[in-house]
Amino acid sequence: MRYAMAVDTKKCVGCSDCVVACQTENNVPIGYCRDWVVEITDGTYPQLEIELRSERCNQCDNSPCVRCCPTGASHYSDGGIVLVTANKCIGCGACIQSCPYDARYSHPDGHVDKCTFCIHRIKKGLEPACVSACPTKCMYFGDLDNPKSPVSEILKVRKYKTLIPEAGTDPQLYFLI
Amino acid sequence: MREEIIVSGRNNYLIDPHLHIWHWQIPLYLFLGGMAAGILFFAAYFTLRGKEDKYHAATKIAPHIVPILLVIGLFALLLDLKHKLYFWRLYTTIRLESPMSWGAWVLMLVTPLSFIWSAIHIKEIFPKWDWKFDILKDIEAFLTKQKKAIAWVMGISSIILGVYTGILFSAFNARPLWNTSILGPLFLASGLSAGAAVIMLFSKKHKERNMFAKIDIGIIVVELFLIIHMFMGFLASTQVQINAAELFLGGPWTAPFWIFVVILGMIVPVILEVLELKKFKIPVVIPAGLVLFGSLMLRFLIASAGQERRWLY
Repeated sequence: MRYAMAVDTKKCVGCSDCVVACQTENNVPIGYCRDWVVEITDGTYPQLEIELRSERCNQCDNSPCVRCCPTGASHYSDGGIVLVTANKCIGCGACIQSCPYDARYSHPDGHVDKCTFCIHRIKKGLEPACVSACPTKCMYFGDLDNPKSPVSEILKVRKYKTLIPEAGTDPQLYFLI
Repeated sequence: MREEIIVSGRNNYLIDPHLHIWHWQIPLYLFLGGMAAGILFFAAYFTLRGKEDKYHAATKIAPHIVPILLVIGLFALLLDLKHKLYFWRLYTTIRLESPMSWGAWVLMLVTPLSFIWSAIHIKEIFPKWDWKFDILKDIEAFLTKQKKAIAWVMGISSIILGVYTGILFSAFNARPLWNTSILGPLFLASGLSAGAAVIMLFSKKHKERNMFAKIDIGIIVVELFLIIHMFMGFLASTQVQINAAELFLGGPWTAPFWIFVVILGMIVPVILEVLELKKFKIPVVIPAGLVLFGSLMLRFLIASAGQERRWLY
């Protein structure tokens, strides 16, 4: 089993519903976020091209954050999802330093927090909150080992990229281009 | 033209607009830990060579400050933790892939050893010291007999401690300025140099001071060589590492790095130590103080500048 997500940069309109859905679902403290939307504008007016990306933890297969954690609080869970056990985390910040995507933050309670792919919803057979809230249905989630899952189906037919593959982290958040 | 903005807004405390999760605590600890490693290494080395009396300050006097340095350093580390009450979790597991886990365990070994070393040499500082209880006297007698074995463990673990202070940074692929394996030997050399400087401060014998001045000159030459290699490596690497190196080669950190670390912390003390060896009268506190200052600045500048650069995407 290998959970992954694909985000269609052609369908995303940058409304940030995914961000609010995550904050609400996961009780993210005010002022923080586990996911965010990046807008990249290339060119000069009137020849402009925009790419919109809903970004979050890449749930890497080769996670530097899991490697550098001195207590084992950061670990791989079912389907390769990278999780933090709050009562094992000492808040040393090593994983925050190690993440090339800056996807982790220090929770006001002291431990480190990050996207969990809404593992509590997946276990109930639901989609992650961001995916289910997206009004343009631009996100696809599922198990890459299952060829029938939405994410496998879309990656078969569309061109995609991952972020900084050269960092060697083997990210599992795909961007359809 | 390219413009990149986070349209949903993102202002995670300590992460945005740029990373600043590690403050003064980590570089201060790295400085104290490196200096402690340097002092312990020289103490162990000269004890094992059987030159305890010749290098009296190095083996019997200077090591007394190591427990103090380590305790302050450990306290700084504790202050850095955001989930402080869980610090003991470090000692419920051994994680070979995590430099911080190595560091925690090495400190668990080095700190008690430094206390033991101080205890068996306490009479050098307080000649009338009395352990009061017989059992303590017996323990001291036993440990004094095992001094060579203790020196071996202390010498090796102090090298691991010294290298680890650099590896802690260099293991982060996400921070291009830190991601160079040169940092391990560079921080070890800087720690040994700081250790030699402390020993010079404590030494009352001219011969011993001269010996450590020579050692210090050698180590600083190695440091300069490592720094040049570090920048050569960066400039021959990818764009992210070129950008990182430019922080010190024309960027905002250029003046502090080259003035405080390289000129004041390395070149000036080497010149003063050479003059001292040529029989000029130079107060030892000047070169030693400058070496310690340079060593501290090296940690602070690398720690702060390293958090300013990341991968581009």
